Amino acid sequence: MESKLLLRGALVGALAGLLAFVFARIFAEPQIQAAIDYETGRDAVQAVLDKSAGLPAGTADPDIFSRTIQANLGAGTGMIFFGVAVGALFAVAYAVCLGRVGNLQPRALALLVAAGGFLAVYLVPFVKYPANPPAIGSPDTIKDRAGLYLLTVFCSVLFLVAVVWLGQRLRKRFGNWNASVLAAATFVVAVGTMMAILPPLGRLAVNDQQSGYHTTETPLPLTDASGTIVYPGFPADVLFDFRLYSVAAQLILWATIGLIFAPLAERLLHSPRGAVPVEQIAASG
Amino acid sequence: MTSIPAPSARPTPVVLPVSKAVLWLASTAIIALALYYFIGVDQGAVSVFGNDMHLHEFVHDARHLLGFPCH
Repeated sequence: MESKLLLRGALVGALAGLLAFVFARIFAEPQIQAAIDYETGRDAVQAVLDKSAGLPAGTADPDIFSRTIQANLGAGTGMIFFGVAVGALFAVAYAVCLGRVGNLQPRALALLVAAGGFLAVYLVPFVKYPANPPAIGSPDTIKDRAGLYLLTVFCSVLFLVAVVWLGQRLRKRFGNWNASVLAAATFVVAVGTMMAILPPLGRLAVNDQQSGYHTTETPLPLTDASGTIVYPGFPADVLFDFRLYSVAAQLILWATIGLIFAPLAERLLHSPRGAVPVEQIAASG
Repeated sequence: MTSIPAPSARPTPVVLPVSKAVLWLASTAIIALALYYFIGVDQGAVSVFGNDMHLHEFVHDARHLLGFPCH
């Protein structure tokens, strides 16, 4: 039974990753290309400035794969396997939640677990450390940024699990509705506190010395020795569109997982051979 | 029809006994987390393949899109 659920979760995840990739390939890839073009132009101007200032030229990024491979095969593979990973984790969470989170039907539970996954694994971390296109993000801070991002994901998942447990404890005393509202409010306070404590990326030690007061790593305009702007800051519209499409791609991914898994799980759980007999439920408590 | 519990009495139609399924659930979670790590993080901040950039460069666009820090 559990292996069937898990396999379905992983397969549904692969399909969800594929759909999210198709969306991203159409809408987000042009924004990624615009960001790379911005970066290329900026690097060229920076090289001229460095040369006139007598500084050594920087080394370029390695081009192991062409842009065509990265944008199609690479991005597709990455998103499908990401879908498999979160689909499998979704199924694990679903199996654990079955029968332990109140009087929910299999389909409703699938949608709720998927919504929780979208919220805790992606949306909460995104609010603190939003997705960035290429050209944004200093190579010097990658260790700090990766650590902070994963910490945010871990904490927001932990908080969600904790408040679901809390909601179950409060249910008997306050009723379903009030317990849910109290649990949700607790989640918001915990997440808000975490966001207030963690540093903005622009305030990391390396960035603080370089850019003065600037709370993000989004490139500011490039100026020459006299302070004249010789290359613009990162285009705001490209950044907005990229982030919008990043959220939309994740929304498609998690919605697909929830909506496709729901009927599969219901069929599995309600089939005469799949369902666990009542006596066994009573015995396992 | 003892296999389909009545909707009202029990919390949900079916409960999986986690004590019996724990091996399946735990091993799936570990494999899935490893996959999440290799798609999102490896060869960036930390790398299990040493100083190689093939995986990072291959899934580069996916990392940016999925919200992982990159570069």
